[in-house]
Amino acid sequence: MKTIKYQLEPLTCPSCIKKIEGKLGKMNGVEEAKVMFNSSKVKATYDQEQVTSDELKATIEKLGFPVVS
Amino acid sequence: MRKVKRVHVVITSGSLLILAFLFHLIDMSVWKDITLIAATFIAGYFIAKKAIQTTMMKAFSIELLVTIAVIGALSIGEYVESAAVTFLFLFGAYLEARTLEKTRSSLQTLMGMAPMEATVLENGERIVKPIRDIDTGDHILIQTGEKVAIDGKIISGQAFINESTITGESILANKNIEDQVFSGTMIDHGYVEVEAEKVGDDTAFSKIIELVEEAQESKAKTQKFLDRFANVYTPGILVLSILVLIVTQNFELSITFLVIACPGALVISTPVSLVAGIGNGAKNGTLMKGGEIIENLAKIDVLVFDKTGTLTKGEPEMTGVKAYDRGESELLTMTAEAEIISEHHLGRAIVKEAKRRGLPLLNEPEEFTLDKGHGLCATIDGQSVVIGNRKLLRKNEIELPLTVETYAIDEEEKGNTAIFVGINEKLAGVISIADQIRQEATSAMQHLKDAGIKQTVMLTGDNKHTAEKVATQLGIDDVFAEMLPEDKVNHVQHLKVEGYNVSMVGDGVNDAPAIAAADVGMAMGAAGTDAAMETADVVLMTDKLDKIPYAYTLAKATVRNMKQNIFIAVGTVALLLAGVLVGEIFLASGMFIHELSVLMVILNAIRLVGYKQRRRVKQKQRRTNTAVI
Repeated sequence: MKTIKYQLEPLTCPSCIKKIEGKLGKMNGVEEAKVMFNSSKVKATYDQEQVTSDELKATIEKLGFPVVS
Repeated sequence: MRKVKRVHVVITSGSLLILAFLFHLIDMSVWKDITLIAATFIAGYFIAKKAIQTTMMKAFSIELLVTIAVIGALSIGEYVESAAVTFLFLFGAYLEARTLEKTRSSLQTLMGMAPMEATVLENGERIVKPIRDIDTGDHILIQTGEKVAIDGKIISGQAFINESTITGESILANKNIEDQVFSGTMIDHGYVEVEAEKVGDDTAFSKIIELVEEAQESKAKTQKFLDRFANVYTPGILVLSILVLIVTQNFELSITFLVIACPGALVISTPVSLVAGIGNGAKNGTLMKGGEIIENLAKIDVLVFDKTGTLTKGEPEMTGVKAYDRGESELLTMTAEAEIISEHHLGRAIVKEAKRRGLPLLNEPEEFTLDKGHGLCATIDGQSVVIGNRKLLRKNEIELPLTVETYAIDEEEKGNTAIFVGINEKLAGVISIADQIRQEATSAMQHLKDAGIKQTVMLTGDNKHTAEKVATQLGIDDVFAEMLPEDKVNHVQHLKVEGYNVSMVGDGVNDAPAIAAADVGMAMGAAGTDAAMETADVVLMTDKLDKIPYAYTLAKATVRNMKQNIFIAVGTVALLLAGVLVGEIFLASGMFIHELSVLMVILNAIRLVGYKQRRRVKQKQRRTNTAVI
């Protein structure tokens, strides 16, 4: 299990929380996904054998939220 | 890059709208329509793109609703509507992002304070390394104007350090060898070599940032209620808009209804206030760990204080010694020898004084037993020594002659703590120790009363006379002396049963149980003590009592701000829905008012970022009044 934090561009509408948490949470190997709305970060705990950090990042970006770092 | 693009889009579509208005004035309706359609497409592209992205991911978004509405408007030839809606939507989102940045700014300023690299001394050579490559035990060199990158102890040099990032106080601290320095602080002038004790995420500074981040995410009761409300509200509106469509057969009206009723301002109303409030607190040295804590803190009516280390400086000094049957030096030496392994602050004061007098502390204590809250017993050089309060001496069957008792009470009435020393089952002396009341304590108590605290209580393990003296000096309502840690817990619980909202302030170590038992636990002086930072609900980063009235009034202001925001949000939605139903409000005007309410809510919260306690003004007034008298 590994925990990673992604910094996104400033989030504005809180509806993104459900969107990102819902989609990431459903991915195989993701144990927990948490959007920190106010610091515009996504914190995800995942199993490295089932999913990669790049895949998580791609999902977030596909939802329309560019990952800054 | 992306941000710049968005601004450009907003500017371009805004300019096109103005151009269309000019064409309208000079009656060139074809050109007006072309300009409006261009404006719609330029701004609409970004909205539609996001709508498609989220729909592809099978997620619902407000962008999808807007896109449908705009396509609808375009198909029936309502170009003004379509252009205005797309422009307002993007412009609103842009303004929202900009203003939200302000409410979040306190934390971002803090995070910007984190240094990225440090100079490490390796075999006499100076190497600049990124902070992730620094290990504990490394020797770090910090010079004037540089930021400290690690937590550690100074091993050589001296410097004046600005610790405002940790404590919120920008008074320079003079640090010498053996002193602790913290990551994120800055050397104003001087030069020090520091041995790294904590690096990276373990530093006090990183912990503070993480705690603030988490605190800003944790929800208040009000917010949890609003979330539940939104869960019912959104589907409710969806059903209503379908009903509107069935009844009126008007597609535009039902879409307008749906877009406008999006609870944007409502959803954002409490978090923005909390973020701004928590951010303000963090910048000013009071860490409030979350929304619920702010709400509880604002409701507090009884404040319970521990005495030593909280109301007093916690650095007691020996003020007198009275020896019976033997010399002062002999008594002091034996007492200090017994106390040398005790961690008690009163014991440390005796050891300190013995060392200052140059007394040789050669014997090691044997058969050392600690009686929590009372004192200690040990054997020094074959003689039994009992050091502590009256109870402990009586327990060891050592009699206190009346003259000794009179002397001790006299000392206690002067504000000293009297420590009795018995050697070989006989009273040998009384040592007086006094702890200085914190400079700001009296005014802090007054400010708390001014801010609405009904009752202040002091709980202490110290004797009755000293406790009463301190309480009278500070204007504390109730005082309970000679209390053990469990008594403190019981007292806090008793107050809660009586129906008070209780906050307990302590220095985080022996008061931990009582801090945990209170509705809101406050710990003083967090820099360095992880346990205190983790257990307390509110952490006062400085060792300053005046942060308590600050935290209290800030919490009250934050709750007030939250309520105002909910009022603005609910009021706007209600007005808009009514307006739509009676046919006075259309998509563009509705969107405009909706965005306006979101902005109003954020702007209202921004006031908290710059919140300063009003008491400073009052304090000044008081000072002037005193001067006049």
